[in-house]
Amino acid sequence: MRAKTQQEWTYDVIVVGGGHAGCEAALASARMGCRTAMVALHLDNIALMPCNPAIGGVGKGQLTREVDALGGEQGRNADRAFIQIRMLNTSKGPAVQALRAQADKRLYEDWMKVAMSRTPGLELVQGEAATLDVSRETINGVTLADGRYLRCRSLVLATGTFLRAKVVIGDRSYAAGRVGELPAQHLSASLLAAGLEVERFQSATPPRIDGATIDPGRMVLQQGDTVPWSFSHWQTPSPRRQLPCYLTYTTAATHEVVSKHLHLSPLKSGSVSGKGPRYCPSIDRKVINFPDKQRHPVFVEPEGITTREMYLQGLTTSLPVFVQEMIIHATPGLERARLVRPGYAVEYDYLPPQQLTLSLQSKAVSGLFSAGQINGTSGYEEAAAQGLMAGINAALHARNEPPFVLRRDQAYIGVLIDDLVTEGVDEPYRMFTSRAEYRLLLRHDNAAERLSSLGHALGLISDEQLATVEEKQRKVAEYTELLESMMVRSGQVNAEVLEALGTPPLGGSQPAARVLRRPQISFANLVELVSGADRDRLASAPPEVIEQLEIQARYDGYIRRQMAEIRRHRATETLLIPADFDYRSVEGLTFEAKDKLARIRPDTLGQASRVSGVSPADISVLLIHLHRLLRTREEPAPGSGDQALRQAQCT
Amino acid sequence: MAAHLDRDVTPGGCSWGEDTIVAISTAMGAGAIGIVRLSGPDAVAIAESVFLAARGTSVKPDETYSLLYGHAIDPESREPVDEVLLAVMRRPRSYTREDVVEMHCHGGVAAQRAVLRLMLRSGARLAEPGEFTRRAFLNGRIDLTQAESVAAIVAAKSSGALRASVRQLDGSLSERLRMMRRDLLGLLAQIEATVDFSDEDVDELDRLALAKGLAEVQAEVLKLLRTAFLGRALEQGVRTAIIGKPNVGKSSLLNALLMRERAIVSDVPGTTRDTVEELLEIGGVPIHLVDTAGIRSGGDHVERLGVARSVKAMEQADLVLAVIDLSTAWDEAEGRLLGDLDPARSIVVGNKCDLMQGDRESLTERVRARASGGGAGPPGRRVCAVSALTGAGLDELRSQIQQVITGGEDFQLEEPVLAGERHRVLVGEAHESIGAALDGAYQGAGEELVSEDIRAAASALGRLTGEDLTPDLIDEIFSRFCVGK
Ligand SMILES: Cc1cc2nc3c(=O)[nH]c(=O)nc-3n(C[C@H](O)[C@H](O)[C@H](O)COP(=O)(O)OP(=O)(O)OC[C@H]3O[C@@H](n4cnc5c(N)ncnc54)[C@H](O)[C@@H]3O)c2cc1C
Ligand SMILES: Nc1nc2c(ncn2[C@@H]2O[C@H](COP(=O)(O)OP(=O)(O)OP(=O)(O)O)[C@@H](O)[C@H]2O)c(=O)[nH]1
Ligand SMILES: [Mg+2]
Repeated sequence: MRAKTQQEWTYDVIVVGGGHAGCEAALASARMGCRTAMVALHLDNIALMPCNPAIGGVGKGQLTREVDALGGEQGRNADRAFIQIRMLNTSKGPAVQALRAQADKRLYEDWMKVAMSRTPGLELVQGEAATLDVSRETINGVTLADGRYLRCRSLVLATGTFLRAKVVIGDRSYAAGRVGELPAQHLSASLLAAGLEVERFQSATPPRIDGATIDPGRMVLQQGDTVPWSFSHWQTPSPRRQLPCYLTYTTAATHEVVSKHLHLSPLKSGSVSGKGPRYCPSIDRKVINFPDKQRHPVFVEPEGITTREMYLQGLTTSLPVFVQEMIIHATPGLERARLVRPGYAVEYDYLPPQQLTLSLQSKAVSGLFSAGQINGTSGYEEAAAQGLMAGINAALHARNEPPFVLRRDQAYIGVLIDDLVTEGVDEPYRMFTSRAEYRLLLRHDNAAERLSSLGHALGLISDEQLATVEEKQRKVAEYTELLESMMVRSGQVNAEVLEALGTPPLGGSQPAARVLRRPQISFANLVELVSGADRDRLASAPPEVIEQLEIQARYDGYIRRQMAEIRRHRATETLLIPADFDYRSVEGLTFEAKDKLARIRPDTLGQASRVSGVSPADISVLLIHLHRLLRTREEPAPGSGDQALRQAQCT
Repeated sequence: MAAHLDRDVTPGGCSWGEDTIVAISTAMGAGAIGIVRLSGPDAVAIAESVFLAARGTSVKPDETYSLLYGHAIDPESREPVDEVLLAVMRRPRSYTREDVVEMHCHGGVAAQRAVLRLMLRSGARLAEPGEFTRRAFLNGRIDLTQAESVAAIVAAKSSGALRASVRQLDGSLSERLRMMRRDLLGLLAQIEATVDFSDEDVDELDRLALAKGLAEVQAEVLKLLRTAFLGRALEQGVRTAIIGKPNVGKSSLLNALLMRERAIVSDVPGTTRDTVEELLEIGGVPIHLVDTAGIRSGGDHVERLGVARSVKAMEQADLVLAVIDLSTAWDEAEGRLLGDLDPARSIVVGNKCDLMQGDRESLTERVRARASGGGAGPPGRRVCAVSALTGAGLDELRSQIQQVITGGEDFQLEEPVLAGERHRVLVGEAHESIGAALDGAYQGAGEELVSEDIRAAASALGRLTGEDLTPDLIDEIFSRFCVGK
């Protein structure tokens, strides 16, 4: 297919796409020592935020912290670029708290580009990836639309919303990756030719207005937290000047405008065919689906320091521009707001993610990985998390090393990828904490403790970084033990303190750990309840250790239950199924299970158990057959079969 | 590389089971000795926690096999439950190649079940069908040539079990379970919406409404759980002990219910020396009716032995018929006897009403007064006035027995019934978790914790109906709340 005259470059890993997924993938791969190229359509638009200028949120913020704990860039970059930051869910428990930051869009892009430029072994390439070079089900390289040929061992696709993309506003529609950007028209054909399935999704963004034309007096002011926060575990947060957001609500008048013009909505006229996300409903959808709701919130958020543009969270729509204007003007505080950029919808090709293994590698083409919106997700954090994992696995693949996979009990990243790969998607996927069955363990406060040693083993976390995490863990362990052995006395003074806190007196001396388990008692209260040397020791505990001790106390019984549950599933979770396993030959499997398993080809038995239509009885049968297979493949050493299977899978 | 799928799996994979399983491993109801078998890393510890060895012997960690005599005890009350032999087999020299402990119970089905319950409470998990065999196979205890047949057996067993549960679940029971689960999902969606969309326009959690909703589901679950007694009754029969002071007419009652002269009847107090057991059916439910020696202090050696057995029969019974003689006066011994009974599992039967004046209603009132024996017994007992001689009131007694078995509901075999230990355990788990969620909702526990308990309940029910939690939950959130920006 390639002409002799083409120029040629050779890399270990090529990343196609410079969005949030592509950037993380390229950085991880280069930082792991692989010669890496990142190809994007336009190098001025790297890590661009086409929608909401914010990073984090409940569920998403946990992903960002995990990316950071594994040596990724998103958390650090958000810290550099944010103009407002808040901790969410502070009235609820630590497991569901998360950070959300408004970022200056331009700063975010610029800082990301700085990080990329400073990374040795990483080259940025502007161009359109047009044709994949696949032979014998293996990726060899990619030809750009301008004729250049880039050779590689692994390739990560992170093309976001660009494949055969179409922008829609009202009855107007034209080919574009985003407003003002070229679409990628060629690559889909090449993917289809390589045997991949492609489907359509759709997503939309609200209009932007001129911040000088709003009336803040008619809206609720929303300030950032005064406590300094940071996403990244590796830097100390410091206070900074923050910009406010505003909250207003739609009214009956707003809804009337929408209802009157619904016939002009692309959703109705059928000019958008792909499926959109339910959690990101347009104002049109909200009015249709919840006719009884009197008002919907609209958050007015700054897009940066150097621009007056503001984002209208809650008014997503792709109705014609004149209707958008009417909707805005019907909303209190925005009566005189000047529309700057119209909202629009974009429709694009994605790769249904059941075509991937847990390492985000294509089942059809060896060495081909994909991450981000192309896998049917939406959101910067979901994109970054997959980008990081795909980058790591592309690098490992290039080095002929076995893949890196996180389990559902280790990280939200594990939940995200397992959900995608095992269950597939029928709308753009977004993370929620309710998707994680071990949510009390997967907290944003312990991301570094959970993951940084893994990041270190991959070469993405430095010795010094790991040492700080281990030091904290050591301290927490030390204090945990101390609290078990330290006794709190049941005297009169303590009884009074306890009563004031609304909890009954102690019946006899009790270990401090047990007293701390009472919901009314904080660590600071505990310090008051002991005296002398005990008090001094507790009083000298560092705040980050206190935080962990309080969380342990609060979740004690629940965490033990979740740990037991995890241990119970560990054996099935980690048992690999050979890629060539023949389900149809397994007697005792139901027809439905055979069919589904043969199609999805799960990597592990645990994954198989989550495929819908596969029953526990099917899993038992499968378990037996897998073990029999091990023993016949590797005689005679009993039990060493696990190893053999893994090798069979990985090499 | 340290960081792969195989990170925490022990190479060699010799211990397959990460947890400890338990099951009654002799056929229920058959034979006098029943074995409760544990396998897994905590088998010994769990067995020891419910075992008190005779003469200060104990399980030695270094012995591959050991056999001990002693009692199964309730670890909380330290009360003995049964006289048992404990057989300990250390890994890998056991059937499953894990630590295996067998507790040989003598006290029949009731004792085995009690021991099983204690072990479940101490951290064991109820084994799935064929799981011991499966572990034996996976741990390499069964060799290659047997592999094929084991696969077949396990497949057959579990699909057999599956078929059975499908059959059971495709009727009204599964419908009821689904409804309860759906209600729980609705409640869960409310909590989760406030958690995952807290920065949007979702109202704070209405804890009172949540508690009300939970209480409604709990009542439903409880109703179903009550049928667990009936379910077990249908499978295994109801052990029903007839107890009372000597000469009140216990043996006569047994004969009257059997409608034949099975036990010896005489006017000499202390006629029945040993327990007499007979099977009869009431409304389609098998009843093991046990006549016992009259309970009193004193008597000769043989009689004292008989009395001891009576007490034991009473403790092990699912249902107790406490007989009193209406023609004699109340005394303290009677008060003590009645005071010890569990009102939910006993009926006070006033016998010899043919010797008394008055209509049935006033006689029943008299029994009720005696049953609360000068205020000694708890109120709200089931009572019944009969004559073993004339047969008066026996129909009423039969229907009372049915009511105990069905948990006070109308007795209809077509209604869904929890049969099978797995169902009972899972519905029991759901009930317990809903209770915990209710406590949390009232006491202001964090949303994420209340949610945890509701999830546990919903997934316990889901394991019965075969439905997965998360996708349904997320659908539920979006259908109820206008969230998303
Ligand atoms: C209109 C719109 C609305 C959105 N609404 C939401 C929302 O409501 N909620 C939400 O969470 N997220 C929303 N997003 C999605 C969010 O922006 C993405 O999830 C996130 O940016 C995806 O990151 P990514 O890295 O996968 O892809 P993108 O950020 O889309 O980046 C794709 C990159 O790939 C490059 N590229 C593509 N094809 C080629 C090619 N053939 N050759 C070379 N380079 C190529 C592009 O130049 C670009 O750098 C919206 C996006 C758009 C455009
Ligand atoms: N009138 C009358 N006599 C009864 C009735 N039931 C039992 N008797 C008599 O009471 C006496 C004792 O009856 P049993 O059935 O042997 O009493 P028991 O409770 O089994 O006695 P022990 O086995 O000795 O504890 C016998 O003479 C019976 O005939 C009854 O309903 N009415
Ligand atoms: Mg008798």
